[in-house]
Amino acid sequence: MKRYFADLHLRINPKETQITQQIIAKAARYGYSQISIPFTSQIDDAQISSLRAACVQVGLDFVVRADFKPRNQEDLMRFLRKFRRKAEIICIVCDDKEIARSAAKDHRVDLINFPSLDYHKRFFDRAEAELSFRNQTALEIDVKSLLVLEGPPRVRLLSSLRREVALAKEFHVPIVLSSGVSEERLMRMPRDLASIAYLLGLGESEALDAVSTNPTRIVATNREKLSQRFVAPGITIIREGKAD
Amino acid sequence: MKRVKRRYLALQLECEGLPSEREFVDALWASVTKLYGEVGASSTGLSLINLDAERKVYVVKCLLAVLPEVRASVACVTSVAGAAASVNVLAVSGTLKALYSNI
Repeated sequence: MKRYFADLHLRINPKETQITQQIIAKAARYGYSQISIPFTSQIDDAQISSLRAACVQVGLDFVVRADFKPRNQEDLMRFLRKFRRKAEIICIVCDDKEIARSAAKDHRVDLINFPSLDYHKRFFDRAEAELSFRNQTALEIDVKSLLVLEGPPRVRLLSSLRREVALAKEFHVPIVLSSGVSEERLMRMPRDLASIAYLLGLGESEALDAVSTNPTRIVATNREKLSQRFVAPGITIIREGKAD
Repeated sequence: MKRVKRRYLALQLECEGLPSEREFVDALWASVTKLYGEVGASSTGLSLINLDAERKVYVVKCLLAVLPEVRASVACVTSVAGAAASVNVLAVSGTLKALYSNI
């Protein structure tokens, strides 16, 4: 079966039109089917339309994603209430244990991301993995840091990531592998991205799932939920009857 | 004696200018050494077979047993001869004939 690849984390500024166009064109050339550029503070409909149009031109599917780094739990709830019905993917950037736990507990969160290189600020432990599994919140891993770091910092990061991946596998938490890049030169082909996951202890098919099946399934589920035909999980409106 | 199985990889280099064969191979070796150390790198059997200068496609071979390690190392190359670069794996094959027909 043909795999459809997705890179849900291209960290570019959509206002920089030329760079955005170049990166979109390169993603298409590299064989991705879906890409996403995260919005952080507000979702601009005009920007989404122009990005979607640019993606359609090169045969890509643009996914609307909102990233947020909450300061506290109330902040997280406010963000989820505001953006859940607008964004197809919600990612919570965690650098606090309380936030990480709340994000993993909330079924409205799709991805949790731990950007810190510091071992003590990565909170994906057994408790976090169990909560993530219950709510099917996926663990997002950006490979950018692995590409730009060298020496002891990369060794420490690899060690943390290998531990997190092992926990995710043990608790059946879906893993989403994204590039997390802001420069064209750091982009990689989907299968090359998956081969980097080998360093984290993922097998070949698991690594390929992390760049194809896992992200595309989350997007498909959320699109179904956001459609007007959705009533509840497993219930959709097929046809509407006439009022007598 | 059991025959050693090899894999041939077609690698496309994306960078400004065309580095020499030696510079390209050095960048690959540097990446493998950084990730797996000198002993690990020595067991990859990595060597350059051919270069298509026009398309910037390099054909290299390695041992089948260490193919995932070599692929990971290739993906981690960020510079060649001091210039920013990326290397993509275009195709992997067990024979050169099949590799050239794939690319």
